[in-house]
Amino acid sequence: MAEDSDPNAPWVNVAGMTTVAITAALFVFFLLYVPEVAAGAPVLWSWDWIPSLQIRMSFWLDGLSLMFALLITGIGAFVMLYAARYLAGHPQYNRFALYLFSFMLSMLGLVLADNLVTLFVFWELTTFTSYLLIGFSHGDPKSRRNALQALLLTAAGGLALLAGLILLGMTQGTFEISEINAAGSLAGEPYYLLILLLFLAGAFTKSAQVPFHFWLPNAMAAPTPVSAYLHSATMVKAGVYLLARMHPSLSGSDVWVWVLTIFGAVTAVFASLMALRQIDLKQTLAYTTLMALGTLTMFLAGSTGYAITAAMTFLLVHSLYKACLFLTIGVIDHATGTRDADVLGGLARAMPITATMAALAGLAMAGIPPFLGFIAKEVAYAGALGMALTIFVVLMSLAAFALMFAVAAIVAYRPFFGPQGALPRKPHEGPWPMLLGPATLAVLGLLAGLMPGVTAHYLVEPAVAAVMGAPDEGGRLKLWAGFNLPLVLSLLTFALGFFLYLRHLDLRARLARIEARGPNLDARWDWLLERFMDFAKFQTRVIQTGVMRQYLFATFTVLSLAILVPLILRPVGGVTLAFAGLSLIEWGVAFLIAAGTILVVLTSSRIAALVGLGVVGIGVALIFIMYSAPDVAITQLLVELLVVVLLAVALLKMPYLDPSNRQVHRPFDAALAVVVGGLTTIVLLAVVDVPFDRRLTDFFEGASWTEAFGRNIVNVILVDFRTLDTFGEIAVVIVAALGAYALLKGGSRRAPEDEPAKGEKE
Amino acid sequence: MEALTALIIGTLVAAAVYLMLARNFMRFLFGLILLSNAANLTIFASGRMTPGAPALVPYGEDAPIGVVGNALPQALVLTAIVIGFGLLAFTLALAFEAYRRLRTMDSDKMRYAEPKEDRKG
Repeated sequence: MAEDSDPNAPWVNVAGMTTVAITAALFVFFLLYVPEVAAGAPVLWSWDWIPSLQIRMSFWLDGLSLMFALLITGIGAFVMLYAARYLAGHPQYNRFALYLFSFMLSMLGLVLADNLVTLFVFWELTTFTSYLLIGFSHGDPKSRRNALQALLLTAAGGLALLAGLILLGMTQGTFEISEINAAGSLAGEPYYLLILLLFLAGAFTKSAQVPFHFWLPNAMAAPTPVSAYLHSATMVKAGVYLLARMHPSLSGSDVWVWVLTIFGAVTAVFASLMALRQIDLKQTLAYTTLMALGTLTMFLAGSTGYAITAAMTFLLVHSLYKACLFLTIGVIDHATGTRDADVLGGLARAMPITATMAALAGLAMAGIPPFLGFIAKEVAYAGALGMALTIFVVLMSLAAFALMFAVAAIVAYRPFFGPQGALPRKPHEGPWPMLLGPATLAVLGLLAGLMPGVTAHYLVEPAVAAVMGAPDEGGRLKLWAGFNLPLVLSLLTFALGFFLYLRHLDLRARLARIEARGPNLDARWDWLLERFMDFAKFQTRVIQTGVMRQYLFATFTVLSLAILVPLILRPVGGVTLAFAGLSLIEWGVAFLIAAGTILVVLTSSRIAALVGLGVVGIGVALIFIMYSAPDVAITQLLVELLVVVLLAVALLKMPYLDPSNRQVHRPFDAALAVVVGGLTTIVLLAVVDVPFDRRLTDFFEGASWTEAFGRNIVNVILVDFRTLDTFGEIAVVIVAALGAYALLKGGSRRAPEDEPAKGEKE
Repeated sequence: MEALTALIIGTLVAAAVYLMLARNFMRFLFGLILLSNAANLTIFASGRMTPGAPALVPYGEDAPIGVVGNALPQALVLTAIVIGFGLLAFTLALAFEAYRRLRTMDSDKMRYAEPKEDRKG
């Protein structure tokens, strides 16, 4: 935060200035496209990315994305310049510049993307970069918590969006937004409702609509330039952008109209009331941002030219004045050391430039002529009068705009001209890098209002055309539209707003009382997270018992199910047990193995178990001998010998198998064991029942002598055709030997100090 | 013989599973040995079993005469036997060392990695 920075430190450095320069250059780059796009010719840049999945790196520059791109790069450049001065001398300023710049690029990618998947990638990138920005003061636990909250909420919405866009892309057969939009409204198509709801979940969490609003004011933990950037041009507008971008294809149903109108209107009015209730000016602005998002959502519900024009104009105005005001609050904070609305006052004398630009931005926010804010409000009323749920929309707009008027006075008038309280520091004018941005934005707000025709032609109307999917008639932005109902509503707004401002201290106290009684979603969120963690712990306790037998039991159960279920669902034909023609020797060997096995299972004696294992091993070797595998038999015998010797040596140093000398039998384990064993037999019988495919065998038999010059085919396979396997086998043995050596050797050296529990355990 | 071998393998696997589910770690080891025997036999038997005709190419011939034992599964089993032995030796060393440090062969009481205290949450 500003407290960490040193006002006298040099603020020009390579990292900061590079980001400013690149961003400004990008702004100019996009500015050059304005005439072309205004003439109705969108630009498409496209590269193949993952062609097999129809994913292209495609970018589409039309009126809507151009307006956003200009706001992002234009405001971005100013904010970066401002941040360089604001955080001068901050030890992590370079990191901050990187975060901010990455965020800017992600946002730019988001608004330009034409492929749904590309859009999603950038969407998530903005989520991550804003997480880093909100949590920039990472030493502060509150800051970390708020960053995480924003991340979890918006990422959850992002997942919904991902599901929605995959569904959309699959049903439409293309992932290019321009192609989907060109096909017109999807209302009535299968999955439309599901797609719409998933998109809305993504947009509403990102754009902080009630009831997902609570992360946005919390995100104010970020340094002021971040707030200015996140809350004016970008991040939170990403949701609104998505709604606008998908308007041609997703609108056109009652669900769209109702959901957007109601969520938008409730958010707008709720947020403006909350804005009035705040004392911290930055929090006030945060809630007015929510109000703006609500208003934008509400107007995007409509499909008339007026409603969309209202949304686009308001979007532009809001970005200009909100960024300006956030930066102004930052200047005030920087100069006086406080953002408390009750303390700040009478700063106009000490900070004349700041006061002027705050006044300009405030007038735009309040919607006073001749600012663009006034025009936006007029168009908004005109749009509201033409929308569904007319009375509701008009009343909600009236309430929101009147409250906005009052808040504008609180933020932009009172700190400069109101009564002064006890300031922590003597106020002084801010340095020029911190004034340049807000001043330019404030003046732009005025100029855009004075020249509504130019604004409309180059920015608003192309954007409206993009949102509506068809060229609009235009000519709606006028400073004087005649004496009509919107003008009356405007005048009513001023009167109501002025009244609210006069009574705002009283209202604030009353709102605070109401808020204390209402549900606290923020605390509810913490509660939810805690329950989630408890569930995770509970789950770990149940699944991860720390008892090896239970793990193994689960493993074998899953294994049996994995074999059993397919066996039942798709029965294999012909499992036959044919014992005809077996000689006495063969039965004898089988009996030998069975006897050895039973001995191992039943005995409590270590030596008897060892004998049983030996018998089994020799029995298996006998099978190999009888069935033409002498090499295998020799190896089996040698290994069996080694096993028995090793075990015998080890067993001498180990305790009895059953300390009480009586083995406890376990019926459940036995049942599971029989199931696994039986299934193995069935699978093997099914395998040998299908005709044998001799191709590989024929190849080896034919190639053994002619190609590898060996007469023992098994040996040739091992050392020639499958040498790599043999090499791997040797490697395994060496690794096992080294591991065992290290264990036994290292253990004996460390054992004394590593065994505190010696003698206690048993 | 494949059918009888399948029964033998089933018996071996059942015994192996039962032993591996025991509390005493040595029994687990016995189970492991039986299981690797069962696995080797499975590979062998699924390549079909031919009595009394090792896979050799007689002198003067380019290929074996008549039906001989399937060489490929034999080669695989050879590899498997050796790897199974390596695995067993390493597990035995682990068991040995575990016993030396923990003074128990009861796998329920071998709680070095997942101690009981942690479970209270």
